[in-house]
Amino acid sequence: MSLFSNTTVLLGKELRTEFRSRELLTTTVVFILMVVVLFSFTFDPTREESRRFGPGLLWLAFLFAASLMLQPGFLREQTNDTLSALRLSVSDPFAIFLSKLCANTLFLLITELLMLPIFSVLYNVPLLGVVPQLALVLFLGSLGLSVTGTTLSAISAQARMRELLLPLLLLPLLTPLLIASTEATSALFAEEPVLRWDWLAFLIAFDIIFLTAVWLFGEYLLEE
Amino acid sequence: MTPPEARRIGLRFDNIDKRYGGLYALRRVSLEIAPGECVALAGRNGSGKTTLLRIAAQLVRPSAGKLTFSPAQMQGPSAAKNTGFVAHATMVYDELTAEENLLLFARLLEIPEPAKRVELLLHDVGLFERRDSLVRTFSRGMRQRVGIARALLHEPSVLLLDEPGTGLDPQGVGWLAETLRRLRDAGSTILMSLHGESEISALATRAIRLDAGAVVADTRTGASLRSILTFANA
Repeated sequence: MSLFSNTTVLLGKELRTEFRSRELLTTTVVFILMVVVLFSFTFDPTREESRRFGPGLLWLAFLFAASLMLQPGFLREQTNDTLSALRLSVSDPFAIFLSKLCANTLFLLITELLMLPIFSVLYNVPLLGVVPQLALVLFLGSLGLSVTGTTLSAISAQARMRELLLPLLLLPLLTPLLIASTEATSALFAEEPVLRWDWLAFLIAFDIIFLTAVWLFGEYLLEE
Repeated sequence: MTPPEARRIGLRFDNIDKRYGGLYALRRVSLEIAPGECVALAGRNGSGKTTLLRIAAQLVRPSAGKLTFSPAQMQGPSAAKNTGFVAHATMVYDELTAEENLLLFARLLEIPEPAKRVELLLHDVGLFERRDSLVRTFSRGMRQRVGIARALLHEPSVLLLDEPGTGLDPQGVGWLAETLRRLRDAGSTILMSLHGESEISALATRAIRLDAGAVVADTRTGASLRSILTFANA
């Protein structure tokens, strides 16, 4: 119960500070929009090419957005040593991690939601028929990005060269997740869309494994 | 909320070492702080006061040795939740208002009727009129007041203060001394790092001087106690 109530309180704080400053969302949305628009004008893809390359491009854009968005999560807590205050106040330190994870996933999903209609128009890929299936793939993929990214942001926040360290650690670790997300999205972008359960199962397994690992060892990540 | 006298907590440091790389921040520190004691830590910059306080708050794990609390059932997270810590940094969010900051921590600490407690503390620290202002608009002294109020939210049994007078005006120091006196008299254990004599150091019933991470003096008697605190400024 304490874990749930602590997480809710902390999630409220994360949302309040972000919607007040709009630092992360604004930066990420602008960045991701530039990537998608630039690719569209550079390659001017046909519908067929969009179906083939679109999913990879989308997930690369989401990855770049995530690495921008996840970095400040724990860095913000170091400015005034608020992480120490949180550690002394919560009943379960996992609540600190869980609230950041929920907030990051939500921000990433908002960014993706804003991005998809623009992608659909610019790349001439109709998405209306696959919205629920696509939402599921985006949710599982974004959750995986957030779990891994939030964990590594906690680790890198205490290191020197932290800005460089997060992408360096994040990219190799996320390769399997990106492959699975891209393949699942590809199958939804096909002429006859299908939901690939094999890739979905992979995404679910990835999320569960990383979430369990963080639940077990997360306390050590928050220590000085 | 259980009053401090009903949950008095003591601390025991057994041969504590803390190394950062090859550098010793603390070296074989053994101390026993009885429940209800008010201890002033003195020493030059870099003598290990902050590290000792952070170990006492369980924010830093010692490289060797052991920290235990008394009574025996009050270990780990239970002790941490009964600890109030005022650090060099304010430990509050600049992007939240004073009231939002205190409410956030009050809810995390599961304080009954958090809004009432926060209102009372905001009056105490003289920030009630500015409760809706973002902390980033505050002066250093005002931020320190919010930080102290945060540490006092749950009337902690153990209060750890790292140079708590930083940024406070004489009125603020007077308020803090009065608050600490009340907590000490109610049975809270207080461990604070200080520089020189002040209204706050006058509350100490024991003084410990650290030098290069080791305890070099430890006294409870009046004259020696004052000499330890003033020597810290030398």
